[in-house]
Amino acid sequence: MSDAVAPAGWRHRVQTWWVILRIALEERLVYRGDFALGTLMRFLPIVTQIFLWSAIFASISGSQSSGAQGEGEPTTVGGFRFADMVAYYLMTMIARAFSSMPGLASGIALQIREGEIKRYLVQPVDLVGFLLLQRIAHKTAYYTVAILPFALVFFLCRGYFVDGWPEPTVLLAFVASLVMGFLIGFFLEASIGMIGFWFLEVTSLLFIYMLFSFFLSGHMFPLTLLPDQIEWVVQRLPFKYLAYFPAAVFLGKVPEDELATEMLWQAGWLVFFILLCRWMYARGIRRYSGFGG
Amino acid sequence: MPIIEVSQLTKSYRVYQKREGLMDSVRGLFHREYREVEAVRGIDLTVQQGEFVAFLGPNGAGKTTTLKLLSGVINPTSGSASVMGFVPWERKNEYRRRFALVMGQKNQLWWDLPAQESYRLHQQIYGIDPAEFTRRLSELADLLDVQRLLGQPVRELSLGERMKMELMAALLHSPDVLFLDEPTIGLDVIAQHNIQQFLKYYQEKRKITILLTSHYMKDVAALCKRVVIIADGSIQYDGSLSGIVDKFSGSKVVTLQFAEDVQPDNLGLIGEVLDTNWPKARIRIPRAEVPARLTQALRDHAVVDVSVEDPPLEDVIADLFHSVGRGSRDADPEATASQAAET
Repeated sequence: MSDAVAPAGWRHRVQTWWVILRIALEERLVYRGDFALGTLMRFLPIVTQIFLWSAIFASISGSQSSGAQGEGEPTTVGGFRFADMVAYYLMTMIARAFSSMPGLASGIALQIREGEIKRYLVQPVDLVGFLLLQRIAHKTAYYTVAILPFALVFFLCRGYFVDGWPEPTVLLAFVASLVMGFLIGFFLEASIGMIGFWFLEVTSLLFIYMLFSFFLSGHMFPLTLLPDQIEWVVQRLPFKYLAYFPAAVFLGKVPEDELATEMLWQAGWLVFFILLCRWMYARGIRRYSGFGG
Repeated sequence: MPIIEVSQLTKSYRVYQKREGLMDSVRGLFHREYREVEAVRGIDLTVQQGEFVAFLGPNGAGKTTTLKLLSGVINPTSGSASVMGFVPWERKNEYRRRFALVMGQKNQLWWDLPAQESYRLHQQIYGIDPAEFTRRLSELADLLDVQRLLGQPVRELSLGERMKMELMAALLHSPDVLFLDEPTIGLDVIAQHNIQQFLKYYQEKRKITILLTSHYMKDVAALCKRVVIIADGSIQYDGSLSGIVDKFSGSKVVTLQFAEDVQPDNLGLIGEVLDTNWPKARIRIPRAEVPARLTQALRDHAVVDVSVEDPPLEDVIADLFHSVGRGSRDADPEATASQAAET
């Protein structure tokens, strides 16, 4: 960052970003064949969720009506009506489209193990910045194609969004939470990949992370379903920004007076992971070059 | 002022001692034993601008480690080095823009894209002027005869073609210093020859400084006036290629063609008979005694033809590597001690 003060330096930097982005995009388009099918397959679990939750809601409302409760009141689980629940899963698909980083951590660990990391020591280019741009390019390439199946599924499921579109401010917060979710996902997984500087194999670590993140991010179910004490803890962890948080913002499950604070928390976690990733990279390089490449 | 100055450069690694057997492997999980391996032991080296220097040595001698140190991939344990006034392992961008490292099979190019896309990225990260970039690219492609391959995905290229592309990538930013680690490894004779010719031409024209490691004596003979032999982490020889034979080989090989029909049984008096293919015989004679022994042989036998040659360079160097390996194991008390500790 030291040579970035001069405007000419910045211009060169932005140009470099652009070239990396463009080339990575070209590389991705080599594989456009399996995009569309792969994307549709991603929605298959949604169908299971719809059946599962409709059965759950049916059994709950059945027992409630036998308990002679008032009609009209819609059944809710963790503050979610049945339609909300389906809408939630659809929204987490979007959140995870931004925050999931397939192959990032294992890719970094592989580069370390195979010695390809040398390139970033020898050439005047920064590994983390390079990978980030590559990832942006991959996401862009993927979702310019995948937007069609996404649109199709959302159009078919439009009936589940019973409250319609949220307010413009909420929508803005939603977009911001997606972008930050992408960056948190990137720097978090990149940090895990950097562990490869110390342990050559990170696959099992990564597996444990995936497992926890599946629960703690709200990918499996909305975090409000958790018992209160556990929810209190999980709401303070960074994983929820990968799936639960953007979906909750969109569906109006985050009270408007808490929205700004929540967004600040997310920004705080983002800064934390950027610093963590940078620190681990610097330490890792020192260890790598001390150890012998 | 020399372009590369290395003084007392040392690099040692800590290597985990894997034990044999399941029980000991389990014990290794809790209590690891490490061993220090000195890959480079106190190397001194001075290279002038425009020199083409070859590093020769057996596997594990420390050649590649030295190149890694000079290109800043690894930090030394002790000692100092300066390349163009920079300390390599500080990895300043000003330094990184002025040298290049090519490591045999390590791929710097994007696998699925044509090489020219990777070159565009190089242009950008090294900040090469666009007009200059176009000029260099076509010049290099002409020299290496690869214009038609520039638009082809790298994964479709042969090993030799990929090596050419790697070299181009390394030279586009016109480095002043080039480190080449085994540039011809795994290539067939023609591809090796092409790369040699290119390097020779390019180096003579640009007067850049090149340090090269290789196993192939042909590379070295074709390219480098100066040879540095590294074995066991230290420099054994630094000088001309022909000087190796003068220094390390105490004998010459004399080939005599006899006029006699029957092989006499006293050829051994002339010297050590290497092989006979009557009427020819190859005999090894200590260097200092060549004139006297030869005179005697010519007096005692009817000889039609004589040639006196140095033993093949490969043999001399192989002998040298052998003796260094043996010597250090016999003489180095530290090595013996650490070996004893391992068992």
